Amino acid sequence: MRWVLVSLIVVCNTLGDVLNTAGMKRHGEVDDLRPRHLLHLALRVLRNPFVLGGLLTLALSFFALLGLLSISNVSFAIPVTAIGYLLEVLLAKLALKEQVHWRRWLGASLVACGVLLISL
Amino acid sequence: MATPGLRTETAAGLRKTRALTIAVVILQVVGNVALSRGLHPMGPLVSLSPWPYLRALATPWVAGGVLILALWMLLNLTLLSRADLSYVLPVTSTSYILIALMGHFLLHEPVNLLRWVGIVTITSGVAIVGGTPTRTTPDVLEKADE
Repeated sequence: MRWVLVSLIVVCNTLGDVLNTAGMKRHGEVDDLRPRHLLHLALRVLRNPFVLGGLLTLALSFFALLGLLSISNVSFAIPVTAIGYLLEVLLAKLALKEQVHWRRWLGASLVACGVLLISL
Repeated sequence: MATPGLRTETAAGLRKTRALTIAVVILQVVGNVALSRGLHPMGPLVSLSPWPYLRALATPWVAGGVLILALWMLLNLTLLSRADLSYVLPVTSTSYILIALMGHFLLHEPVNLLRWVGIVTITSGVAIVGGTPTRTTPDVLEKADE
């Protein structure tokens, strides 16, 4: 059961972030950061199918994490989600066509290792 | 670097992206701390029925935490409209460092050697990714293949 939840968390989290990024890149760069404009943005973003899909998958991942935390402890749950980090960078390169420089791979790997160490 | 259609990063644009990154990290930490502070005394909260969740939402810490995390999500989306996912993800994991340090200095939780090594490892990863350009994709994604 817990590996089912782990896969659900990693897959949904990755998919959610990638969908959100794709949706926001299609929306175009947000340059006006005044509160009123951001409030307006919140309403517009909810009509963006990519972002809507992204938020739904992230919500699913969140509830799966709550479920996982209830049957195992944090020191199992958090390292497992760190694996998702590198998967997301890979998808950012393949699906979002980001140019992932080797320095980014190195940095992302260090962050994933650090998260593992912190939660041991 | 000279990809056609690639936005050149202006100093003002970079400042905005950096400010957004910092706001995203702080909101994530504050939101999660408020949420866990509100949820902790309630015991395990896993149910298919929505009632326990709704009851939790009626408490100030949980309601505040959810509100802050909603704002976090909005600013995170704003940040993703400006920067690469492979940039945002490692850089915003600064939140892990802040949570560990807050636990140590505010709640006096012991931080063992392994955790300090983890904190230093994350910090160096954030510093390395922070030195790369914030965005490597064209302004409009559909035109990427032209």
